[in-house]
Amino acid sequence: MAREDYEVVIGLEVHAELSTKTKIFCSCPTSFGASPNTHICPICTAMPGTLPVLNEKVVEYAVRAGLATECTISQDSKNDRKNYFYPDLPKAYQISQYDKPLCEHGKIEIEPSTGRKTIGITRIHIEEDAGKLNHDEFGRGSLVDLNRAGVPLIEIVSEPDLRSSEEVDLYLRKLKSILEYIEVSDCKMQEGSLRADVNVSIRKKGAKEYGTRTEMKNMNSFRSITRAIEYEIDRQVDVIDNGGEIEQETLRWDEVSGKTFSMRDKEDAQDYRYFPDPDLVAIKLSDEYIENIRKSLPELPESRKQRYLTEYHLSEKDANIITSSKYLSDLFEEASKICNNPKAVNNWIISDISRILNETEMEPVAIPFDSKQLAKLVMLIDKGTISSSIAKKVLVEMFEHPRDPEDIIDEKGWVQISDEGAISEVVSKVLANNPQSVADYKAGKEKALGYLVGQAMKETRGKANPQMLNKMFKEELK
Amino acid sequence: MQVTREELLHIAKLADLELDESEVDNYLANLEDILNFANIVNNAPVEGLDITIGANEAKNVFRKDEVKVFKDNESLLENAPDKAQNMFKIPKVIE
Amino acid sequence: MDITELTVHELQEKLKNKELTSYDITKAYIDRMNEKEKDVQAFVTTLEDDALEQAKKIDEEIKAGEVEGNFAGIPIGIKDNICTKGVKTTCSSRMLENFVSPYDATVVEKLNDEKMINLGKLNMDEFAMGGSTEYSYFKKTRNPWNLNKVPGGSSGGSAAAVASRMVPWALGSDTGGSIRQPSSFCGVVGLKPTYGLVSRYGLVAFASSLDQIGPITKDVYDSAMLLNIIAGHDDRDTTSSNQEKIDYTKCLKNDVKGLKIGIPKEFFGEGINEEVKASLEKAIEIYKELGAEVEEFSLDIAKYSLAIYYIIACAEASSNLGRFDGIRYGYRAKDFKDLKDLYRKSRSEGFGPEVKRRIILGTYVLSSGYYDAYYKKAQQVRTLVMNEFNKAFEKYDVLLTPTSPTVAFDIGSKSNNPLEMYLADICTVSVNIGGLPGISIPCGVDKEGMPIGMQLIGNKFQEGTILNAAYTYEQKTKFRENHKPTFRKGEE
Repeated sequence: MAREDYEVVIGLEVHAELSTKTKIFCSCPTSFGASPNTHICPICTAMPGTLPVLNEKVVEYAVRAGLATECTISQDSKNDRKNYFYPDLPKAYQISQYDKPLCEHGKIEIEPSTGRKTIGITRIHIEEDAGKLNHDEFGRGSLVDLNRAGVPLIEIVSEPDLRSSEEVDLYLRKLKSILEYIEVSDCKMQEGSLRADVNVSIRKKGAKEYGTRTEMKNMNSFRSITRAIEYEIDRQVDVIDNGGEIEQETLRWDEVSGKTFSMRDKEDAQDYRYFPDPDLVAIKLSDEYIENIRKSLPELPESRKQRYLTEYHLSEKDANIITSSKYLSDLFEEASKICNNPKAVNNWIISDISRILNETEMEPVAIPFDSKQLAKLVMLIDKGTISSSIAKKVLVEMFEHPRDPEDIIDEKGWVQISDEGAISEVVSKVLANNPQSVADYKAGKEKALGYLVGQAMKETRGKANPQMLNKMFKEELK
Repeated sequence: MQVTREELLHIAKLADLELDESEVDNYLANLEDILNFANIVNNAPVEGLDITIGANEAKNVFRKDEVKVFKDNESLLENAPDKAQNMFKIPKVIE
Repeated sequence: MDITELTVHELQEKLKNKELTSYDITKAYIDRMNEKEKDVQAFVTTLEDDALEQAKKIDEEIKAGEVEGNFAGIPIGIKDNICTKGVKTTCSSRMLENFVSPYDATVVEKLNDEKMINLGKLNMDEFAMGGSTEYSYFKKTRNPWNLNKVPGGSSGGSAAAVASRMVPWALGSDTGGSIRQPSSFCGVVGLKPTYGLVSRYGLVAFASSLDQIGPITKDVYDSAMLLNIIAGHDDRDTTSSNQEKIDYTKCLKNDVKGLKIGIPKEFFGEGINEEVKASLEKAIEIYKELGAEVEEFSLDIAKYSLAIYYIIACAEASSNLGRFDGIRYGYRAKDFKDLKDLYRKSRSEGFGPEVKRRIILGTYVLSSGYYDAYYKKAQQVRTLVMNEFNKAFEKYDVLLTPTSPTVAFDIGSKSNNPLEMYLADICTVSVNIGGLPGISIPCGVDKEGMPIGMQLIGNKFQEGTILNAAYTYEQKTKFRENHKPTFRKGEE
């Protein structure tokens, strides 16, 4: 059968590192990139006799995430131990949540090409991250760094509501933007602070039972997630079409070969022996606590988007792109307020800024200039100080060697020529050098004007005011 | 309560213990004895009772999110049987 | 004057009056240790030189008037599962034979704040699992009343060291009777505080929901004093309570008139040795004479408690002991082919048979398919036990039971039958299941001269009540003045 005869069923378990100052159960810092085993203490290295104490911000952040995804917040929650041996897990158990997660039954809206759709959130729970294994320089052993051990995570488990890699991509981007908006996670995918376990299965269209699923763990780029899902769907279709059966297993996605591989560690089915952690007491949140957090939530992307449609008259597509990132959205609103030209700011973000971000694989949060500088760029065009083609060059410069746009223009001598005398001088010169074009224009070929303006821009290395050029050429050629 | 040899070996694996033959026989017998005794819990009148996790009823005991650096972090590696580059050294793990 | 005969409150008095120096006291105990340790084998680590040096320093500070604190210069022994920075903490296990803790347990910080002197780390059953101290990897501790008998356990080293006067007092830990039972076997006073009264931070965990640190002392007054030092909320232990601090010595009124004592008759039934029973009955009569209101009642929870104790304690232990994997600290096997092999060999060689038995039992009751039948059921029955205790404390102030069904038994006589060994905990485990305070004090000897212990159980945080009841009995009967350990070698 063809791929079209199957329905794809995907569920996601997304892990987001919370941006607290300290770890979940001890007071060690969480900052990324410290030298090995410098952010550790007796607790996160599981020295005998140590005990965990839950960080209040972790609970608060998880509740924020729950409320922002329309979850019900549990008023009777607890921590459980998930027991297994691995060298990055010093206690030989991960403190997580099993049957009483903090948040349940939420949802997220996405807009795939097939139409608006709701993806269910099964649960959001809190847990601790593991350490990191490095390989030693001689390749004979592995080295354990516990800086990350105990960094707080929330795990966001979706319902198996996703039906394509497109939907997964949109869901993840939406989730990421929500977490950024409510400022509970920086969601830096390269640093692993947002990663997803992807469960994929297929079934014949119309079938009621789910197919057997495979799981790809710890995926941390949108691109590989899409590729891996596409590959895995094809693989599963292939297996079934050839009369085979899908094995329930954990797969590893290999970015280089573009294939998934079975992680052959099946000597025993895992049995995590979850049980309530007796070192930690119950979490019973009051209505008041939950309501206070609800009141403190910022405006979420969905609501901002609606506002942009009515207040700024952006197109649905543009509003989607801008609100997908809190940083972009803030940049848009602040810059618009300063320069009073939201349309222009929108255009800059949608076209040039987005293009540069894509080309350099930069996260919006890493944009090296602020809203004031972007607003200034727009105002310099509006005032006629620079042309929009020069402005594009200024923007590139603002990314590459960040500094004030006015300084860039000064240094580079890019100020637009709007002096009538100077313009008319150039116009005369161009007219004299291009008699054929002049003749063409006079014979009714409108296009020739564009050529002449282009030549004049070339003469002035792009600095001439294009509106003035246009006007002057037309007058001269009357 | 009958515990099979296979079950015991499975449990030992979960606990990362390696048992020799005599230990297996011994623990099998012990485990059966103890479980038979422990089965008494199934006769207890517990209908409708909640579970008790700890011996106190405290709730919501949290910590402020304030960094406290453990200064003597070298001492945390001093007991390590093997280490290199300030990390705990273990046999190669293929991920 | 034999300094080692004195209680700590007596030593304290003599230090204050300058009759004795810290050095005198510390030296006397070290001399005693040198004399008796070869017979008793109570220590895993002794700290003679450090202790003497510290004593000299404290004496100088006392002279210069720089020392505050009521216990400066008083020596103490510490069970070897309580972390002491810079000193080995072995849990009497091969696994931690060379482990030096990078931090001090909260209780040790409190001792240090008082400028007390650590004389050494005391032997125990490996990871506190056992009732005879025979499961120590290093040595078998002997009962000072008869060297062929066990001192009880798991805090056998602590109880034997106090009974043989090698330390003035000691810290033990109690998960199912590990302070009270050895105290009973060795004829000393041992108190298990209410769960949450003393911080567990730095106590190497056996069963987190049951473990408590407590005092083992020569008399009740000393227990009250040591409890004063170690009790109190700790931010590092979320299960530690916020109870207001009280001075337990102020609770010792030497008066039990009108005190309501409940005698749960099931604790005097089958399996309780006749001599133990007789001794307890005598004690009950004394309480009546002293004006207490004594009443027999039914508290049919002992068997359930024992069953759920072994389920819950082993389950928690199987998880708590996962961290001993030969990576960050502890024993690592010499030959291994890969990581899994390293784990399995290190753990199999590093843990002794009783620890492995309990890890296996604990893993079993948590594993899929058995969780509901054992672990979850046990937690429900735990609720039942707590409810029954609550009902009992509506009527009574104190419950009185034997501490152990028997006196100390011969070394080697039970170590091959785990279930029989477990059954010996029948009187003590309910107290841990309920999270209640319990104290064991000596109430007589059997015909061979072995001490018999009486257990007084109080409602949560009513340490003052049981300490007073114990104190009043002690003042009346003067066990310590009338009975001394003989260090005899039995019938050889």
